[in-house]
Amino acid sequence: MTYYIISWIIEILIIVVPLLIAVAYFTLAERKIIASMQRRRGPDKVGIWGLLQPLADGLKLLVKETILPSNSNVAIFVAAPIMTFLLSVLGWAVIPYGETVVLSDLNVGILYVFAVSSLGVYGILMSGWSSNSKYAFLGALRSAAQMVSYEVSLGLIIISVLLCAGSLNLSKIVLAQESIWYIIPLFPVFLMFFISALAETNRAPFDLPEAEAELVAGYNVEYSAMGFALFFLGEYANILMMCALTTILFLGGWLPPIAILPFTLIPGPLWFGIKIAFIGFVFIWVRASYPRYRYDQLMRLGWKVFLPLSLAWVLLVSGVLVGFDWYPVF
Amino acid sequence: MNIEVFLFYIFSSLAIICGIMVISSRNPVFSVLFLVLVFCNAAGLLLLLETDFLAMLFLIVYVGAIAVLFLFVVMMLNVRITTLKESVLRYLPIGGLILFIFFFEVGSVINGDLVPFFSSKLACFENDFLILNQDLKTTLWTNQIDPTTNVAALGEVLYTYYVYCFIIASLILLVAMIGAILLTMRKRTNVKKQEIFDQVYGNINTNVRYVN
Repeated sequence: MTYYIISWIIEILIIVVPLLIAVAYFTLAERKIIASMQRRRGPDKVGIWGLLQPLADGLKLLVKETILPSNSNVAIFVAAPIMTFLLSVLGWAVIPYGETVVLSDLNVGILYVFAVSSLGVYGILMSGWSSNSKYAFLGALRSAAQMVSYEVSLGLIIISVLLCAGSLNLSKIVLAQESIWYIIPLFPVFLMFFISALAETNRAPFDLPEAEAELVAGYNVEYSAMGFALFFLGEYANILMMCALTTILFLGGWLPPIAILPFTLIPGPLWFGIKIAFIGFVFIWVRASYPRYRYDQLMRLGWKVFLPLSLAWVLLVSGVLVGFDWYPVF
Repeated sequence: MNIEVFLFYIFSSLAIICGIMVISSRNPVFSVLFLVLVFCNAAGLLLLLETDFLAMLFLIVYVGAIAVLFLFVVMMLNVRITTLKESVLRYLPIGGLILFIFFFEVGSVINGDLVPFFSSKLACFENDFLILNQDLKTTLWTNQIDPTTNVAALGEVLYTYYVYCFIIASLILLVAMIGAILLTMRKRTNVKKQEIFDQVYGNINTNVRYVN
């Protein structure tokens, strides 16, 4: 019994610790890539090429003073960042890194990921309400409304992928793409998924919750030190989660592009990592390129464009599958 | 006591405690948050019944959508912290009656076994006389396990036997949705709105003109 518990803890740490390192270096990658797109250098003082910058940032946030606003609701104020961080890490339990490299091979894996990401709204709403500050409250309301709206179209898009794969298990979805990655037959769906993922993770050009010009920094204005760091970690872990989900649903997870010799030499988890890094790069690229949406335009895009279009795609995909007798057998 | 029974007691007692906190906490925001906890515990109970699909749907629909809207409304309404002035005993007769009926129903359903599990007792083979009559050593146990997932099993009955119920339920939801839209929709006049369709489909000849 003790042996099993210890081995569980080690397995979980093997996933969580590299995830946190990846999050730290994703922030550095963001700063460096945006810097080079704007013809700057970015952070280059700490370590070689600034490689130790994320560690320095983390240390700074760790040793700063934690401030609890006097009129805040302390219990919820403290619980909100912890919950955000916890939920962002929780989803990684079902992500398959390779053919059998997965912590928990759930039969309802994609629903689990979806449920956990929909719980993420609570951390934001709780932080915004408990801070007892107008800016934080407005930021939280915006953020929550945005996430709830785009979850609907995200769910419908996932359904049209599931129709092709015939399973809710993430490993089986990847294995169903052995002949062709779903990005090729379902390219428009991939574009919609990517844009919805940008909106779902509150990234630019949909980063209205932290629009500097109107709201100071959104729902986390009142947070300092470790609370802020946990929000930050949670946000970036969610972004990486969305990258991983895009990879699994559309880019064939751990599968190489073509199963011939030079490609098959690279192990599956490495392919998975390369694809996640590519999608993450596109996330940053979008941030450096596009101006921010207006809020009513964002809502219009979610409810009036993506929702009908993704619903139509579900019907189209299922119609094609039934019409050509292509639906998956299980 | 095996781990499933232990988890059952944890989930159910937490659900009851949180349910009491929903009605007894003064701040409405706390009430909604405790309601979320009740939903999460109920999802845990569904997981213990090995209906993982239903548990996930419970989380997505109730916690991810409905309770968020609750929380939204409660936060936006700016409800004052209410003091419980009214006598609690006022609603006791009718509440007690409902409680009694509910407990009677629960009591008539329970037949001793709280968590029907086969992982501990091999209960799934109880009705299978074929296996019991065979020699246990020569049975191919892997063939006896039903590989049907929750989703497939639900889908098979939902779209065949219960198809009329399914369609009627969806129609009821549709009617409710149309009703809600109809109640909230009103034509406002003198509102400057952006017509994105006109903007996108204009060209340089229709949108730009010389002013002398």
